[in-house]
Amino acid sequence: MALFQLKINGKNYPVDVDANTPLLWVLRDHLDLVGTKYGCGMAMCGACTVHVNGDATRSCVLPISAVSAANITTIEGLSEKGTHPVQEAWDEVDVPQCGYCQAGQIMTASALLSKNPNPSDKDIEEAMVGNICRCGTYHRIHDAVKVAATKMKK
Amino acid sequence: MSTNQSRRDFFKTTAAAGGGLVLGFSWFSSEAFQPQVVGTAAADAIDFNAYLAISPSGTVTIFSPNPEIGQGIKTAFPIIVAEELDADWEKVKVEQSPLDTKKFERQLTGGSGAIRHSWERLRKAGATARALLIEAAAQQWGVPASECNAQKGMVVHSSGKKLSYGDLAVAASKLPVPKEVKLKATSSFSLIGSRVKGVDNKDILTGKNLFGIDYKRPGMLHAQVQRPPAFGLKLKSFDATEAKKMPGIVNVVSFGNKVAIVGKTNWEVMQARKAVKIEWEKEKDLESSADHDRLFKEMLNGTNVTVQRKDGDVEAAFKNAHKVIEAEYQCPFLPHSPMEPMNFFAHFKGDSIELAGPSQTPEAAQKQIAKMLNIAPEKVTLELTRMGGGFGRRLNTDYAVEAAELSSIIKAPVKVTWTREDDMTGGIYRPAVRYRFKASIDKAGNMTGFMLHGAGMNAGNSTRQDNFPAGAVDNLLIQSSDHKSPITTGPWRAPITNFLAYAEQAFLDEVAAAAGKDPVQFRLELLDKAEKSPVGKITYETKRFREVIKLAAEKSGWGKKKKGISQGFSVYFSHASYVAQVAEMTMAKGKPVLKKVYAAVDCGIVINESSAKNQIYGAIVDGIGHAMYGNLTFKDGAPQQENFNKYRLIRYNEVPDIEAHFVNNGIEPTGLGEPALPPTGGALANAIFKTTGKRLYNQPFADQDGPLG
Repeated sequence: MALFQLKINGKNYPVDVDANTPLLWVLRDHLDLVGTKYGCGMAMCGACTVHVNGDATRSCVLPISAVSAANITTIEGLSEKGTHPVQEAWDEVDVPQCGYCQAGQIMTASALLSKNPNPSDKDIEEAMVGNICRCGTYHRIHDAVKVAATKMKK
Repeated sequence: MSTNQSRRDFFKTTAAAGGGLVLGFSWFSSEAFQPQVVGTAAADAIDFNAYLAISPSGTVTIFSPNPEIGQGIKTAFPIIVAEELDADWEKVKVEQSPLDTKKFERQLTGGSGAIRHSWERLRKAGATARALLIEAAAQQWGVPASECNAQKGMVVHSSGKKLSYGDLAVAASKLPVPKEVKLKATSSFSLIGSRVKGVDNKDILTGKNLFGIDYKRPGMLHAQVQRPPAFGLKLKSFDATEAKKMPGIVNVVSFGNKVAIVGKTNWEVMQARKAVKIEWEKEKDLESSADHDRLFKEMLNGTNVTVQRKDGDVEAAFKNAHKVIEAEYQCPFLPHSPMEPMNFFAHFKGDSIELAGPSQTPEAAQKQIAKMLNIAPEKVTLELTRMGGGFGRRLNTDYAVEAAELSSIIKAPVKVTWTREDDMTGGIYRPAVRYRFKASIDKAGNMTGFMLHGAGMNAGNSTRQDNFPAGAVDNLLIQSSDHKSPITTGPWRAPITNFLAYAEQAFLDEVAAAAGKDPVQFRLELLDKAEKSPVGKITYETKRFREVIKLAAEKSGWGKKKKGISQGFSVYFSHASYVAQVAEMTMAKGKPVLKKVYAAVDCGIVINESSAKNQIYGAIVDGIGHAMYGNLTFKDGAPQQENFNKYRLIRYNEVPDIEAHFVNNGIEPTGLGEPALPPTGGALANAIFKTTGKRLYNQPFADQDGPLG
């Protein structure tokens, strides 16, 4: 066990865990930040996506020791009141079916748009291909990314 | 279990805590709706059914009983109540009801049946409340109720006077409940059929703890369970000496053929799990996929068959045929792969148990757990969480029962979480099936005989003997064989028809080609025959069938030349709805590429345009993905794909354009969770054939030699 001072959503969280513990399980089991989801545990589905220093990152294979100095953002911290343009676009387009993968989808999309405010269809595809939606909401994910891009320009 | 008394249709008004109108009504009774006042007691009467509450502040709360799995039921049910109530949708609050077998019937998710089952009941509930509110306003104003109307949460008098539902709630709660209420003309619906966003959107998009896997209680332990790694193995012995010493580990116990590792956090449990030494021994045959291939052939050529339907004399038809067409189609086992793996919370308290988690069949779980623990069913309480998908997997109660058993052993609150590997290898799969079809045509190209033999792996009856083209063919034989495999199976979205529809629709294309007929025309002719001179029992409506076929043909420009585009057609009646699809393909760089799927859907009245389309798009994506990639194979009883690195699910870049159209016929809703899936594989396979000249007989398509990579 070791003590880590994590910076998550602008707050400091001290946690005493094994250095190999993936960020995902620290968030979910130690910090009650359960918006970040477990889907596969091997970075294949994207349900666990968070931002590490602004980059979309799979938290299920990321040891806590690797992010002790990083700025981490989870779905809970993307905006204070759920009003991030990507969250608003996801609501307006009514993307979710079961909703389980959508936090990961949103974290991937928001990281894309923060770096590339005007993504082409190909750019969106390259960013979103790593996030599985078993319900098959991919068309709406595409539409919502476009809507969010428009919102962010305003 | 519901008693006759509690099943009786029921209506109750009472002053709720804080003052307000609380209307209880049965969502699901099969008997006629007979509202009655039962006094003003608190809402604790045993046969007080579901509730609709209106608070003096004007908030309308609707308690939604059915488990939400992504099909949109938690939004759809309240829409129906709110429509007849003329509520202001912006002020409607929706809450998930826990399992309550006294208040609700059919509190389950499956069979695309919830809306169909409850449509009238929900409408009457809303309409009755509306009538009471109007009456309360009329009395307050001293005017006839006939001069009043309701709109957007207000009662309005012809003079222009207005009172809000909140203002009227207390007075309305004291009025006698009308025996009969008039429902709206379906043509006057404004909320039903409109585009309504999911009621849980905000919580989903901000990461709230909605799902079973997010559920937590003070003092709760986490557990994982090591189940036999192959079907046919049982537990011989285990040694947890090392595991028990590891950090965070509370206990390691064995029950059934399993070993449960219990600890403080999931990650610690995962590490200790690796340190448990377990020996397994053979109990049943350890089957491999090659065994299944052999067993399919033995079943199809064997005599151990069950005749499911027989019309006329199919052998004579084949003997006298101008042409006979034969083909076999096969599909593999499939895991359901919901994004949220199985999990359940249980807290055994000696003579009662509290449970929470994602279940499509909470009542079945309650009963089984009560029986296992030898306690009364009412001592088993079950909170329903939102489900991160299920696709039929959560119709099975194994994972809830397992959590309950573990809690009863360790006597502590515990949540069992399955890893993805557990979820994929732990059983309850779509059964593998092989179909043999044989059809005869006469010189005029009429189908004179049709034979289907289904051979399944734990599939039960792998046919749907009364489905089309039964009724449209004079000589028909439908039969099935089944192998009792140690590999566990269960319903998978659109059970049986998820593959049968593809096989049948692809085969009918082969027959149409042999008859020299256009695939659409061929199907329409069969429906004409079923309508004019039906053979035996018919379970489908030819008119509705024909309408979706025509709509899909019209919207897709069927039969019209499109440059570089080939089209494949498919149509299927499943559950109670009709869906026709046209898939469009093109060749790009020597490979067929699926460009677009048109869907024509008759699900009766559409409740929510947004979620209805979401279901159709999703079902088509699901159908394409599993036809193309889904494949679970076995070696010596062990699944060979354990996670998404080896088991491929369809991704963002692999979906075609989709266009969905509804038949607007005003028929009462007939369900939409499944019906758009079955025809998809057939449309895809028929388009592949048109594009490449290659007929694909086995799923998944992408694994086969040939142009599909």
